[in-house]
Amino acid sequence: MIANQEYRKLDWWLVLAYIVLTLIGWINIFSSVYDPDHTQIFDVSQKYGQQFIWIITAYIIAFLILFILNPKIYRALAWLGYGTSLLLLLAVIFLGVEINGSNSWFAIGSIRFQPAELSKITTTLALAALMSKYGFRLKSIEGFIQTALIIIIPMIIIVMQKETGSALVYTAFIFMLYREGLSGWYLALGLLSIILFLVTLSFSPFVAIIILTSVIILARGFTSKYLVRHIILLIPYIYIMIISSKINKIPFINNLVDLPKEAWLAIVILPLIIYNIIQSFKKQSTKLWYISLIFVTSIMFIFSVNFFFEKILQDHQRARIENLLGINVDLKGAGYNVHQSKIAIGSGGFTGKGFLQGTQTKFNFVPEQSTDFIFCTIGEEWGFLGSSVLIFLYLFIIIRIINSAEKQKDSFNRIYGYSLASIIFMHFFINIGMTMGIMPVIGIPLPFVSYGGSSLWSFTIFLFIFIRLDLDRHH
Amino acid sequence: MAFEFRRKNILIMGVLAIALIFLIKLFNLQVIDQEYKITASNNAFRYDILYPARGLILDRNGKILVSNISSHDIIITPIEVREFDTLDLCNIFHLEIANVRAKLKEYHLYRRRIGYQSFPFVKQISAQEYSYFHEKAYKFPGFSAISRTTRYYPFNAGGNLLGYITEADTSFLRRNPSYKIGDYIGRTGIEQSYEQILKGKKGYNIYLRDVHNQVKSSYAGGKYDLPAVHGKTIISSIDAQLQQYVEMLMTNKVGSVVAIEPSTGDILTIVSSPGIDVAKLSEINKYYGEILNDPLKPMFNRATMSPYPPGSVFKLVNALIGLEEGVLTSETTYSCHGGYHVGRGVNCHSHPSPINLTQSIMMSCNTYYCIVFRNIIDNPKYNSVREGFLRWKELVESFGFGHKLGSDLPSEQAGKVPDAQDYDKIHGKNKWSSLSILSLAIGQGELGTTPLHLANLAATIANRGYYYTPHLIKGSPDTLINPEYTKRHYTLVDTSHFYQVIDGMYKAVNSPPGSGATATRVAVPGLDICGKTGTAQNPHGRDHSVFICFAPRDNPKIAVAVYIENSGYGATWAAPIASLLVEKYLTGQISRDYLEKYIVESNLLNNVLKNRQ
Repeated sequence: MIANQEYRKLDWWLVLAYIVLTLIGWINIFSSVYDPDHTQIFDVSQKYGQQFIWIITAYIIAFLILFILNPKIYRALAWLGYGTSLLLLLAVIFLGVEINGSNSWFAIGSIRFQPAELSKITTTLALAALMSKYGFRLKSIEGFIQTALIIIIPMIIIVMQKETGSALVYTAFIFMLYREGLSGWYLALGLLSIILFLVTLSFSPFVAIIILTSVIILARGFTSKYLVRHIILLIPYIYIMIISSKINKIPFINNLVDLPKEAWLAIVILPLIIYNIIQSFKKQSTKLWYISLIFVTSIMFIFSVNFFFEKILQDHQRARIENLLGINVDLKGAGYNVHQSKIAIGSGGFTGKGFLQGTQTKFNFVPEQSTDFIFCTIGEEWGFLGSSVLIFLYLFIIIRIINSAEKQKDSFNRIYGYSLASIIFMHFFINIGMTMGIMPVIGIPLPFVSYGGSSLWSFTIFLFIFIRLDLDRHH
Repeated sequence: MAFEFRRKNILIMGVLAIALIFLIKLFNLQVIDQEYKITASNNAFRYDILYPARGLILDRNGKILVSNISSHDIIITPIEVREFDTLDLCNIFHLEIANVRAKLKEYHLYRRRIGYQSFPFVKQISAQEYSYFHEKAYKFPGFSAISRTTRYYPFNAGGNLLGYITEADTSFLRRNPSYKIGDYIGRTGIEQSYEQILKGKKGYNIYLRDVHNQVKSSYAGGKYDLPAVHGKTIISSIDAQLQQYVEMLMTNKVGSVVAIEPSTGDILTIVSSPGIDVAKLSEINKYYGEILNDPLKPMFNRATMSPYPPGSVFKLVNALIGLEEGVLTSETTYSCHGGYHVGRGVNCHSHPSPINLTQSIMMSCNTYYCIVFRNIIDNPKYNSVREGFLRWKELVESFGFGHKLGSDLPSEQAGKVPDAQDYDKIHGKNKWSSLSILSLAIGQGELGTTPLHLANLAATIANRGYYYTPHLIKGSPDTLINPEYTKRHYTLVDTSHFYQVIDGMYKAVNSPPGSGATATRVAVPGLDICGKTGTAQNPHGRDHSVFICFAPRDNPKIAVAVYIENSGYGATWAAPIASLLVEKYLTGQISRDYLEKYIVESNLLNNVLKNRQ
């Protein structure tokens, strides 16, 4: 229990933003599944009636966390919680029910529960417990491996449940790790590999290699004293690389040696790689070694992407990425959801059509419109104004959590706060991104807004543990 | 602390950047971009499709060959279907109730994919069915009648050359995404060739639905509605009267007739017999099975799709090549004693001997052309048989043989002029001589020419050395003619050589009986028909009867090729048909009623059917 006089120091702004989001969710769920035969918003036979129950129970849980539970238990039970959630994740593969092709749900009667939601919290707690330990260093090999394992183990199990989308959310921890001292290289490398991946698939490995080479030359420029020189060098080099794709079209040369254009490109960039490696030897510079290493592995990465894309991704995932990149746009197949979703959002206009007036999201056009595609309903009925309000609300919550986390004296709380902000951000980014067609369709809910008790409860617990921990700062 | 501060801010900037991207994208999607507002898959809109009337097809004299009559289709919008009396609906349109149920079940299964789309349910209903339905329409929510047009053929001619229209099938739709389910497309003939001109452009009216799925009003006062653009009229080069007359002559005969106006390349008549009656065209689906199972293949356009050996009419080509190559002059005389007896040899019929070039054409002497052909191939000008042969082939191909002429008949075939490699395969590389390929001398062997090629040959000779690509369309302000059709294609044979050959063709028809000329029976006084008979041996039984001609000799108006399968000598069947055609076209009447009656009443189908079994 906390003392009365400390209530005032509770982060009421966060609590308010949370309540507003849950209500926005409720109203829009009502609208998205609105049925003239069931106009009662509390009708528990309908999704909005059920969501009302979830919201009320979530508020009760929030109350319990804020005022009843002792905040010390989180640190104490972090490992037990982590272990339990791993067991649940494993158990659900065998004991769970299959929904939409994934084995990630427990069903008890009509109540369904997804352990992957819970394990985000327990993973965060475990990370916070590990990393706030005295003497922990992320930069030591031991510390790095421990941290990585804590994140990767649940990810692997979730992928085994065929819930790749939920597993993807775990990559958000990289933002927290960055704050905790992980080299910016990792973030940059992650970004580079995503860009190379997308470019390889949507254009060609050729273009990807040109981009990579440019990045490498720039990186060398930034690490040396001669940035301008490197940039001046870069421009003709890009030109030569582009020309190399045409060399095999010149009849004279083609008659002499018949090589594919990739080979010509290799001839052009090989000297650069060798030069890099020689320089690394000469100068004994770790940075240069890293650049050479990245250069070589990235090229291998680019060529293995195609393989990965064809062999490892499942059909529907491949279709979704292809659709996002505009390859094989199939409006009746994988592209259908996104197309309908864009029509719904687009038809909202500046001010929206008004509450219950959405025509696109009625009659089940956008599938999963009360869960993963709830943003469509908001976009259609509340327009640009309403959607912006929602985006600003998330922005407010995420930035407020980051700022508040930064102020924590206890590194456990800080790590927890950054993890929370990262996870909310990742959900926000993927979910809204996919409804607008700038991210592939990855079925994860919009925090606090999407229909479903499992998700709402988890995020409520996730958030309110932080609000409670934050209160201790004022002791 | 600077380090942490910096990293915190980098992360916050990242979040802000993403939020900014979202807001820009959102603004673009909701405020700027109109694409997602006015789209057919926008569920708030109901698109009522307006179908254009297809363009008319006229003959060269303005007679309507194909027009439209209005009919109705019943379309279904599955999402709007509520419970209804299936039996009642089936009774109106005489449908199988099980089929209807299966169809509805299928729509239900794919309802999400279908959305608010509509599909054709019953096509081309009768006026009576329409009035029944109209009365009871309120009982069948989700079903509505839309007005379509179907083809009507006021004049019974040209079933094969006009083509027909049918609903686009799935494979066509896949290849042509601009077409939608239920659209009609032209198949074969003019309908297919000029689909783009004839089809017009669909339009639509957009209506706005409210959230209760009620159509509220025309969207934006009809600002975005698109009226249908009707198809343009095609004026064809066909002479409908002549076409109809030739179709009558070809009753109960298998083969084809092509007539071309040499001075333009206009196809005046193109008949493939047996063909399709226009009465069946408008209901092609109903007759499709019957047409397909007919052993005489009425869908098959023999005039453009059947490469036959040309037979003796090809001697004209060899004569022209011989003259051009200088191995033959008008004075060249050879004697013939019942055939050419070198190697396997070629027989000849009995005729006066010796003969000169003009007489060789007039009497169609095989021996003469065996010698001429060997002289062409073994010409000492060239180093080898192969070179001589390749020169011959080059000249032959300059007449349009061996490749598609490029007409607007969609089914045109290239035919065949053999390659040196073909003979290498048969005899071994360069192990053949002019003797091994001697059958080419008299238009037999590996040659394949369509009746269209032969009519084009007749037109080329009529023009003294050039042809216009034969075509079915006449230009009009609405429909510009393909510029290729107004270009002269010259053969590699000099104009001066044609006069001697034409002289032979003239004499073949207009010599007195008993002179040995092959086609004296078909002469018409005053018409100056120049012709050449052919009798093509073939592996399918009796010889094909072939005749090509043009008339009049000076300033020719019409060039004709007639090919009658398995009927015998060229002079017996093909020549009279050609002659009647020419007379009808040039004079508008027939002076030889007995000949016309004889031709019309003769049934030559059995010759063909016997061989097909």
